Formats: sequence, C-alpha cells, structure tokens
Amino acid sequence: MSSEFISEYEVIHAKPKAFYETYARKDELQHQTHYCPGCGHGTIHKMLAQAMDEFGIKDRTILISPVGCSVFAYYYFDVGNVQAAHGRASAVATAVKRSRPESIVISYQGDGDLAAIGSAEILHAANRGEPIAVIFVNNAIYSMTGGQFAPTTLIGQKSTTTPGGRSAIHEGYPLHVSELLATLEAPMYIERVGLGDNRQIAQASRAIRRAVENQVRGLGFSFIEVLSPCPTIWRLSPVESQRWVREVMEKTYPLAVFRDRTKDAQPRPMPQEPPALDTIPQIIGVANGDVPEDSAIRHEPVTDVDLHVRVAGFGGQGVLLLGEVLAEAGLDAGLEVSWLPSYGPEMRSGTSNCHVRLSREPIDSPLVTAPNVLVAMNEPSLKKFDKSVQARGWVIYNGDAFPPECVREDVHVLALPFTQIADALGDARAANMVMLGALLEIADALPQTSVDAALRRLVKNPRFFELDERALARGRELYRESVREVCHAG
Amino acid sequence: MRKQLMKGNEAIVRSAILAGCRAFYGYPITPASEITEAAAEFLPRVGGVFLQAESEVAAINMLYGASSAGVRAMTASSGPGISLMQEGISYMAGAELPCVIADITRGGPGLGNIAAEQSDYHQVVKGGGNGSYHTLVLAPSSAQEMADLTALAFELADRYRNPVVVLADGFVGQMMEPVEFPQRATAPQTPAWAVTGTAESRGNLITSLHMGSDELEAHIQHLESKYRRAEREEARAEDWRTGDAEIVLVGYGIVGRILKAVTAEARAEGIPVGLLRPITLYPFPTRNFQRLVPRARVFLVVEMSNGQLVEDVRLALNGARPVEFFGRMGGNVPSHGEVLALVRRLARQYGVVMEREEERMAHV
Ligand code: SF4
Ligand SMILES: [Mg+2]
Repeated sequence: MSSEFISEYEVIHAKPKAFYETYARKDELQHQTHYCPGCGHGTIHKMLAQAMDEFGIKDRTILISPVGCSVFAYYYFDVGNVQAAHGRASAVATAVKRSRPESIVISYQGDGDLAAIGSAEILHAANRGEPIAVIFVNNAIYSMTGGQFAPTTLIGQKSTTTPGGRSAIHEGYPLHVSELLATLEAPMYIERVGLGDNRQIAQASRAIRRAVENQVRGLGFSFIEVLSPCPTIWRLSPVESQRWVREVMEKTYPLAVFRDRTKDAQPRPMPQEPPALDTIPQIIGVANGDVPEDSAIRHEPVTDVDLHVRVAGFGGQGVLLLGEVLAEAGLDAGLEVSWLPSYGPEMRSGTSNCHVRLSREPIDSPLVTAPNVLVAMNEPSLKKFDKSVQARGWVIYNGDAFPPECVREDVHVLALPFTQIADALGDARAANMVMLGALLEIADALPQTSVDAALRRLVKNPRFFELDERALARGRELYRESVREVCHAG
Repeated sequence: MRKQLMKGNEAIVRSAILAGCRAFYGYPITPASEITEAAAEFLPRVGGVFLQAESEVAAINMLYGASSAGVRAMTASSGPGISLMQEGISYMAGAELPCVIADITRGGPGLGNIAAEQSDYHQVVKGGGNGSYHTLVLAPSSAQEMADLTALAFELADRYRNPVVVLADGFVGQMMEPVEFPQRATAPQTPAWAVTGTAESRGNLITSLHMGSDELEAHIQHLESKYRRAEREEARAEDWRTGDAEIVLVGYGIVGRILKAVTAEARAEGIPVGLLRPITLYPFPTRNFQRLVPRARVFLVVEMSNGQLVEDVRLALNGARPVEFFGRMGGNVPSHGEVLALVRRLARQYGVVMEREEERMAHV
C-alpha cells in the first residue's frame, strides 16, 4: 500500500471543518453524536457539513434547527445557529435571509415538524420562492416524541397513535411534500433522495451539495427531501432500516428530481443600499421642512375656545373630512385639537360620524359625548344625537323642516337645505363645507387663513379646493343672514 | 416646529422607523391593519423588510428570525392575532430576543367584534404563552404617546432583550392628534449576540432550549433578574391631581383620557378626585399606587373589559384601601356621566370630605 493512498484515505475520513471538534452535548462522549446508531441524521449532517466546507461558507452560514431529534443540530455545526419553534423553521429562515441576504440560510426540518405543524410555513416559504435551502428529513414518523403517526406515515404502518396501522379512511394518505411543492411556480430546485444504500447515499450527498450551491449562486428556493432511517422507532436494525427505506418507503415516495430550474436561472437581485440616515425623516414625511408652518396671522377669538363638536351623516357626505378640516384649522391657529372617527360596527352600517375637540387647554377626552355643536347632515343623525347636545349649544341641521320632536328650548338651531345650497354652488357634495362655514361663523374661533391652510392641505384637487372655498364662504354668509332675519323678525 | 395631525396607528410606524426598525412582518386584522399598511409603504423605502405573512403564527416567527439576525423588528395585530402570536412571544422571551408588538385591542372573546375594548390586558400583561416570562407592556393614551412609547419600546426591548408590547385600543389607534417626531433617525445597530452570517457572529446561538433542570432554572432566574430590574427602573404612571385626592380614578389608554375629564368635572363639584394612569402595565407602577394610600379613601378602576387591570391594582394596594370597579364591554365606552355618577356615590359612601367653596375658588 502506497503512502499516497493512505494520505487520501485520511482525507476522506477527516471530519468536515463545518463541524465542531467535539460535541458539548455529550459530556462524557464528546466524539459521539446524540443520534442513535444507524440514524440518518448523522449521515445527512455530514453531507451538509462537507458541502459547507466545499463552498467555504462556514462563516456565512446560518442554520435553523427544528424541534425533533435534530433539535440539537446546533451542537454539531460550527456556524451561526438559530433554534426555531416546532414547525416554524421556514418562517424563521425567511426572515433571517431577508434581513441578511448575504448569508447562507439552511432550514433543517423533520417530517412531523415540516409536514404537519409546519405545513403552512413551508408551503408559503416555497411559494414565495425564499432563496433558502430546506433539508427535509422524512422518516415517516414522529421520532423524538416516541413514534407517533405523522402525515408521512405509510399506509398500514404502525405507530403509537395508529396502533392498528395507518388507514386511508381514518388518517388519509401519506403526504407527498416534494410533489406538492413542485406544483408551485416559485421553487428553483426540488429533489427527493434516500439513504437506502450507498448508491442512494451518494446521490443524496450530491443533492444536498446542489441545494447549498444554489444558494451560493444566489438562486431561489431549494428543497431536498431525504428518506432517512430511524432504526430506534422502526424497531429494525440499522441494516434492516436501510432496506426498509429502499424496499418499502421508496414505493410510496419515489426518488426523483421534481423541479430543476437552475440552468437558466439568474441570481436574484440584491437589495439596494439603504438611503442615508439623515434623509429618513423626509422619506417618511416627518421632516420639519415638510410640516407646514402656522399661518402667520393669529386670530384672537372673542371668547375662550372650547369646542366639543360631533359631526354625523351618511357615509359619502364628507362627515370625516368636515371634522378633519376643522381640526387641522384649529391646529394651524395654535389650538389643542383632537379628531376621532366613529369606529367599530358603526363604520359598516352606512352612517358615519366623528368627534372633534378644539381648545386652548390640553384636550382631556377626545370623545365628545355632550357636544356644544352638533352638525347633523341627515335626519337619522339628528335624532340619534340631538338629546346629547349641551344646553345653549348649537345644532346645524341639513334639512328644510326641523323635525318638531327634536325642538329644544335650550338649544340654538340653524336648519337649512345645505345639500340644495351646495348643489346651486355647483356640487351637492360640498354641503359639508357649507355647514362647516356656518359652524366657523357661529363659533368665531378660527381665522379664515387657518381654514384656508387646512383646506389646502386636505383638498389637493384645485377644482374641489375652489368649490370648497366658495362653499365655506356661503356657509358663513348663510349664518349671518339667518341672524339678520332673526333681528328683523324681532 | 409645528406638530402634524396624525392617527396614532400611523404615528407608530413612523416612530418605529426613526427608532431603527428595519423589519416588519404582519398579518391584516381590524383595527390594526393601518399599521401594517403604513409599514408596507415605508419600510422598503428606508431599506427595511416588509412582508405580509401567511398567519400571525408565521409573522411572529419571522420576527424571531429577524431579531435573531440582529434587526429591530416589529409587528402589529389585535386580540385574536395576538393569541396566535403567543407561541412566538414565549419563544422570544425564552431566547431573549427583542421585538416590538403593537396590539390594537378589539372586542372578544373569540371573534368578538371589531370595536375597541381593553380585554387583551390579561393575555398581554400576564403573558399568554407558556413558561415563566413577562413581556414589557406600554399603554399609550394619545397619538403622541403612540409615537413616544413605540420609540421607548424599541429601547426597552434591546435593553432587556425581551419582547415589548405597545397595548392600545382602537380609539387611540384611530384618533388624530398633533404629533411631533424627533428629527434624527437612530442608526440600526447590530447587537453582539446576533447571528448575522459573519465570522464574528459564527459562535452565536439563539435558542430557548435548556435541557438540564438546573440549567433551565438558572436561565429562568436570569430572566427573573431582568424583570426585577425592569420593575425597579421602568415603571411609569401619570399622576393627575392626585396630591389631595380622596377618590383615585384608575384607567389606562383612552379610559385615562375620559377619567381626566371626569376628574375636572368632579373637582368642579368639590369632590377631591385624582387620576392615576398606568403607562407601563408591566412592570406595574406599584409604588405610584402605594404613595396615594395615606390620603386616598377609595380607588375606582375603570376599564373597557370585565375587570383585568383591577386585579393588578388590588395586588399593588394589597388590601390597604378598597378598590371599586366599573367596566363597559363590547365596544361601549364608559361615559363621563356614568363615571361621575359613580364618583358621587362613592363620595357619599366613603365619607369623602368635599372641598369648601372658597378652597375650590382658590384652585380656579
Ligand atoms: S429516534 Fe430515530 S430519528 Fe431520532 S435519533 Fe434515533 S434513529 Fe434518529
Ligand atoms: Mg420524523
């Protein structure tokens, strides 16, 4: 025997560099794994570690360990390690890869983990084409928990929870995950391999290498299903277990490449450089420069401002916008403000209302349960809220005839057909702004410059802006006219 | 600088990005979807990751992944979605992974409804997942606090390596109020413990698994020491006119705002009322409660739930003073009138000394 041969022999049996030198998990037996003799995991680990060595990616690799017998995979691989919840490794891997696109992310999962509890996560990771490698170790059983039925358990195969054997009637048929995922558009590479004999093992090694290579090349989702012996739970010797993989499992789970789109595939584009830090406030619209300055002219209201406004009407009447313009204008005029839309089941019922507060003092409660101004854009809204209006408060009502049952001695009313008035101005939809004009004139709390500024911010379309300006002016005028009429009458 | 009128839900996302958040994994649910939508709009523009997950279970596990990779990460949901996330929250607390979760609470149990409630208190503050852990919980009551407490949440999450929940209700999420933001964005930093796919981080391991009984006990004790430190250093509450209060109103979130209005109204009637509004629900501001015992005759806890916060108030006071409770549910909000009537009754029942007219004038 030549010395050359011996050195080659040594190389073949060297432990891959991607493995730790010793296994801290086993205190006494630091060169042994925690896997049972004849278990497929050890073989698969070695294939993976060899691939990592070959591509020199140990520093870049992040391994996601599952729950199951391979939960301790992180004791073996000298790479970045993240242990995930049962079934969630593909979701965890998704986020790791998206935040660290330069890294090589490998999700290692068993069949209970991936095909049952994690079926949603693997399906969607595959469907999104996450550029990760998934190693799916299928031994047709829950091993770590002691041999319960898995979706991959064969028909007739006994388990602790299918003591009479899996029956298609009761548990359905074995789940073919590779075939299932191969129905999706996004996956790049899908192959099922086995550990049934040396020929199969050699192919398994090539497949795992391929999955790692795909990721090194920046390609998409790669999935390798490995039919893997579990002598302990199967109650077979290691040799019999390999035969069972070959002669029984393989009949249900044929070995094949189900998808290979690697040939013409281009590397996925890497994310662009993030923008400079000092541009971020501007990007998200909170930079000082974006926030409008107050209107220069401050208005000194005659009385102290303390508006509790409730606006109500049908959806589409511009209830929320009316309130928003009022709140924006108040903010512009240097007041404390709040705006709260009707919220919850009401939102869907075709009616809409909002609460607006304007005050010189900080707003305690933004909820307006007792308004001092009620803007009722239709009759149902009037009837819903009229009783809640504070004494000496105002009701601005959209309608000619104020319903007699809503008349209160202690409340002022301005009832006009605002919709028709707005229609005459050119668009019935501006009724909200006519009513707001009246409210502003009644409250005398805000300068027109602030109202203009608010309107400019909220109504971008110049045609509507112009219409709304006229509507506001008309509303102010209508209130003044109504006061004159009252005076004349008196 | 002038403030911007903004919804609390929108303020959360902007504040998160300024705080260095660069990953958001969400799943739509009313009334938190606006947060997810705003994240979808802004995160990609700042070089961050946004992804709508296939479920809340996946979303929280994606947070687990992003956080493992050393990125400030966040999600937003509401009651039923938070229930599904409890698995991941427990794993993250166990693996000592920071993240921020906004819970814009809706009605429950089950599908309940989409109106505002405060019934997620138990599942969030007491920890709905398995094991001995806590999430830190912040309870904003204004749009400005939605921004400020989100920023604080990221700081606390990193400081304690623990999930932090911003617990709000639909009102605080939906209402618009003036908000201002810091003008400097925090640069994303990679913590030394993270697994980032580099030579330096290669030895790092993220796991919540500790097989040996002594090993796991030591780990839990380590977590406990963090919680004790948070209890000493992070508890916050707003005291509002409690100095001479004989009746102390207690409520968080939107209820705190309502109780402020009730305080003013009751004071106007001469009833010495104050408000204690917990801002951190865990750690609970126990000392703020104990400080008020000498003067207070009774505490009235008001919630939009069947009485969940009230349990912590009772624990904080440990029998020193009676604790009364008033709750509305299903999306109903305790009205000023209802609470004020109760305050008047309690004033009679507990012999509260009414302020004399001249003292009252002096306050004015
Ligand atoms: S129980 Fe089966 S899968 Fe688990 S380590 Fe033993 S042989 Fe391997
Ligand atoms: Mg298995």
